Amino acid sequence: MNNSIKSFVAVLLGLLAGVLLMAVTGHNPVEGFKYLIEGGLKNPERIGNTLATATPLILTGLSVAFAFRTGLFNIGAAGQMLFGGFCATAVGHWLDLPRALLLVVIVLAGFIGGALWALVPGILKARYNVHEVVSTIMMNWIAYWIVFYAVPSYFKGSSETESRQLPANALLQQQGLSDLFQGSYINLGLFVALISVVLVAFLIQKTTLGYELKAVGFNRHAAEYAGIGVQRSIVLSMFISGGIAGLAGVTQYTGNASSIQIGILPSQGFDGIAVALLGANAPLGVLLAAIFFGLLYSGRGFMNAMTDIPPEIADSIIAIIIYFAATSILVDRLYRKYKSRRAANKKQGG
Amino acid sequence: MWTTLEQIFPYAIVFTIPLLITALGALFSERSGVVNIGLDGLMIIGSFMGAFVTFKLQEQYGDAPWVLWVGLLAAMAAGMLFSVLHAFASINLSANQIISGTAINLIAGALTIFLARNMTGSGNIRISIFEPFNVPLLSDIPFLGDLFFTRSNPVTWFVLIILAVSTVVLYKTPFGMRLRACGEHPHAAEAAGVRVQSMRYAGVLISGAFSGLGGAAILMTYSGEFNGNVSGLGFLALASLIFGQWRPLGVLAATFFFGFASTVANVSQVIPSLAVIPPVVLKVFPYVVTLIALVIFSKSSNAPKAVGEPFDSGKR
Repeated sequence: MNNSIKSFVAVLLGLLAGVLLMAVTGHNPVEGFKYLIEGGLKNPERIGNTLATATPLILTGLSVAFAFRTGLFNIGAAGQMLFGGFCATAVGHWLDLPRALLLVVIVLAGFIGGALWALVPGILKARYNVHEVVSTIMMNWIAYWIVFYAVPSYFKGSSETESRQLPANALLQQQGLSDLFQGSYINLGLFVALISVVLVAFLIQKTTLGYELKAVGFNRHAAEYAGIGVQRSIVLSMFISGGIAGLAGVTQYTGNASSIQIGILPSQGFDGIAVALLGANAPLGVLLAAIFFGLLYSGRGFMNAMTDIPPEIADSIIAIIIYFAATSILVDRLYRKYKSRRAANKKQGG
Repeated sequence: MWTTLEQIFPYAIVFTIPLLITALGALFSERSGVVNIGLDGLMIIGSFMGAFVTFKLQEQYGDAPWVLWVGLLAAMAAGMLFSVLHAFASINLSANQIISGTAINLIAGALTIFLARNMTGSGNIRISIFEPFNVPLLSDIPFLGDLFFTRSNPVTWFVLIILAVSTVVLYKTPFGMRLRACGEHPHAAEAAGVRVQSMRYAGVLISGAFSGLGGAAILMTYSGEFNGNVSGLGFLALASLIFGQWRPLGVLAATFFFGFASTVANVSQVIPSLAVIPPVVLKVFPYVVTLIALVIFSKSSNAPKAVGEPFDSGKR
């Protein structure tokens, strides 16, 4: 069975589990799903918000998927996103440039911040074979605490847990775009995400570098034997992956929001793992999976307002989808068993 | 200095215990050959079930100590039950163990708050918790008494007993030997008549029970409130396991290091000799040390050789 069917089955099972959960806790699932979908798609504003919610997810999903192609499990997208967003915020506060130029610098700062954050685990993996799962977790917490103390010291905001608001000049929010979607908070970040999807797809499928990275992911030893610089590929892959996660931070903190929160690792970082998995690590798949998650996340508020179903149903559905995606081999086996039984029946009958 | 140490020691111990028991559980799982990064989620499940059961019982029976113990056992059972999901995926279905663990984390975080909201209306459940006590006689010993036996928590002793038993089980019993064999050379173990899949199930389930206990320990020794997360302590437990090189005493040392370092960081502002150090340095310190330790250990890692690899009986 190919990957898109597997993802589709996982989604179906996840939604089914959502129905069950609502029913078991004494809610009406039909009503729940109706408001969940309406909340995400009812009018242009809601569609815009769905896309805006999906934007950082596209990027973190892309980040995780990209690393995965090289056989690396980047679980540190949250920290890279946070640190990238922090660098972007710092640049936004400190630099006074014409808007177009400033936005480019902010996006670059976010990319570099995230990339540097992933470079450390990349080097540790390539040079000392330190497992990236553990080192990226450590980097997550280092980012968490640095941002926790740096934000109040340098960009203290009105609330204890937030930085000062960025000036409008340094934000990805664009009035015309917002008007087009009737006041949605959709912003230029979406284009950053879409361009990244295209660039990554090109990089993976059409370039020598992409071929080398994939080769390392398939079989590190064979790649080495074929003369591919494995260590270099690992470092580079983590660098790019972290950079993309950093862009997620840019779109979140200077696009969807206008300040950076402290005391929390952005949940989009972990959702990126889910997005990448559901999207089968392919750029287009990631895009679709992220929009689907964006729909669930942006619709849940409306559902919660119209019914008394807790909004965490959306997160639960996503989590269960991921479990079914991870165990899709079960569906595979059942399918094969069914096919062979049918073949056997046919033989007997004929 | 001495008084400071005396004051922060009980906190350091209380902070160490949830990490210790969770990492110890992960030790069983990884020694049997299954990576478990779902520790965070399993702790959350334990914290939720512990809070829920205790909350319901306290409504009826008040603050009797036995209620908390029932809550702890419920947390262990819930953690164990939930870990079956991970065991099934990684043992029966040969799923990617890291992805399965991630799914466990996601499910636990979302589902428990969903349920908590349905049951209590808010995502938080508050309970009253264990009272610290002075261990009779032992707390009168000079130095040691003040450090280890005054204002100590019942859960601490429970976990330390489990640690001692676990060490004996792992190294001195046939079960422990078989379990470790499954993480090193599963095919050899199978050839010797060990049922690899059953041993791995045992490893994961023990890990689930201990993580559940760890989550409940946070709740019942210092936080007093379920809120749907355990501040990433599950991931820290995983790091402690590796830092401790997959050995019970190593894990004890590593988790105590984390517990002590975090406590020092938390109280640094009220202690003049520490207040000169910027708090961010103290907070970041344990993570940086772990990274450095990983580099140093990278040459001589004691990781179980087959950890993370699905077992396929036909493949040798």
